[in-house]
Amino acid sequence: MKLPIYLDYSATTPVDPRVVQKMTECLSMEGNFGNAASRSHQFGWNAEKAIEHARQQVADLINADPREVIWTSGATESDNLAIKGAAHFHQKKGKHIITCKTEHKAVLDSCRQLEREGFEVTYLDPEENGIIDLKKLEAVMRDDTILVSIMHVNNEIGVVQDIEAIGEITRARKILFHVDAAQSAGKVDIDLQKMKVDMMSFSAHKVYGPKGIGALYVRRKPRVRIEAMMHGGGHERGLRSGTLATHQIVGMGEAFELAGKEMAAETERLMGLRQRLLDGVSDIEEVYINGDLDQRIPGNLNISFNFVEGESLIMALKDLAVSSGSACTSSSLEPSYVLRALGRNDELAHSSIRFTMGRFTTEEDIDYAIEQIRTNISKLRDLSPLWDMFKEGIDLSTVKWAAH
Amino acid sequence: MAYSDKVLDHYENPRNVGSMDKEDQAVGTGMVGAPACGDVMKLQIKVDDNGVISDAKFKTYGCGSAIASSSLLTEWVKGKTLEEAGQIKNTELAEELALPPVKIHCSVLAEDAIKAAIDDFKTKQDKDEQAKSA
Repeated sequence: MKLPIYLDYSATTPVDPRVVQKMTECLSMEGNFGNAASRSHQFGWNAEKAIEHARQQVADLINADPREVIWTSGATESDNLAIKGAAHFHQKKGKHIITCKTEHKAVLDSCRQLEREGFEVTYLDPEENGIIDLKKLEAVMRDDTILVSIMHVNNEIGVVQDIEAIGEITRARKILFHVDAAQSAGKVDIDLQKMKVDMMSFSAHKVYGPKGIGALYVRRKPRVRIEAMMHGGGHERGLRSGTLATHQIVGMGEAFELAGKEMAAETERLMGLRQRLLDGVSDIEEVYINGDLDQRIPGNLNISFNFVEGESLIMALKDLAVSSGSACTSSSLEPSYVLRALGRNDELAHSSIRFTMGRFTTEEDIDYAIEQIRTNISKLRDLSPLWDMFKEGIDLSTVKWAAH
Repeated sequence: MAYSDKVLDHYENPRNVGSMDKEDQAVGTGMVGAPACGDVMKLQIKVDDNGVISDAKFKTYGCGSAIASSSLLTEWVKGKTLEEAGQIKNTELAEELALPPVKIHCSVLAEDAIKAAIDDFKTKQDKDEQAKSA
């Protein structure tokens, strides 16, 4: 077993060797290095052919028309382009946007920017399990609402929103619907013939493809119109100028095709691994699972170990590459905004660890992780004054703390 | 974030972990921080008849730097008089542990903890005196 064990697949994934192979064929003089916009020679035509094949591969995974797929630099750019692009284009119709507090920062910060420009944004609270109550979503819709942006799968807690149902509501009211699907592509079914989604963001590096490439789905029927952010050569139907990165695009296409082929088997295997991890830690006292366990991608388990601080636990689990829901490692001392939005108290929000498993995770990895977790939780609780107080029967919420 | 060797050493082999009887007249207890901020430190000192700290124990909920700061502090205060211990500065702890700027608050908390423990001890003594003179 190679240490440390990688259990942070929601942060990024290694590129699949089969994808690497395809990518290396698009770089050198002997390979497919041409500029897809060169219409006057074979090099350009070859690059264009490879790119259009990749576009088809992406479209196939989501049951869309390849002409609806726009290449971008990643899901962050796709989110920005969709949200700002739609808002700017439709601002004469209205200036109200709805999103959710547990969205990725790429969505939240795009919305913040629009607020500075005079738009009004409603940030919905999810339920305690991380899922949005559709009635509450409907209740905040207004006549001047132009856009709803809700993620498919949450990056921290892995919960899956009912995108199909939300699409029915937005379409009936003629409100545009954007979905950040960076964490869902290749993990849950996406069928854009059935889902009434107008725009959807994708990333390659979460699906064993390369970093630096993503896509935005923009629906053709009914036609969705957005304003471009990047101006130049008029590539990608004028929505995103810039020379197309053939090797990156080919990598994303191959990664998406593989994800589609292996999704069913991989889902079952990851479900087994998740259950193994859960079984291995669930008898520890004061352990809480964050987010709905059923409406969730198979590879994610987000757990709060009460009375143990997340960053010190990550330090103790140095043989496991995991991430903390707590943002203590950054300059901010705020606990995870996602867990706070679920209504978790400060102790639990500060005590969360996200385990995300993927294509190269083994049962052996999980067994080792369980052993590490058990040893270190007990070590850190022996050190924790909060654990002592809990054991003495003191209700921590009644203690008057000197906040600092 | 990379931790200094000293932080790692204290984190992996914390010194003087434990609790003392907080009702004991010779014990001073300082509990500082808040769960909402992600760190709570409990520091206890035992003071002998000469006003010298003969023992110190801690328990800390917090990041590695917070644990290391309190562990180091217990080492430093032992054998010191209350006055000497009260003069320990957070900057000295931060320097010894090579804490990065974002972790300076951990050393501040440790300084607060020893001050709180000394105050607690002194308050107990004062009450004791009053009780005796009454």
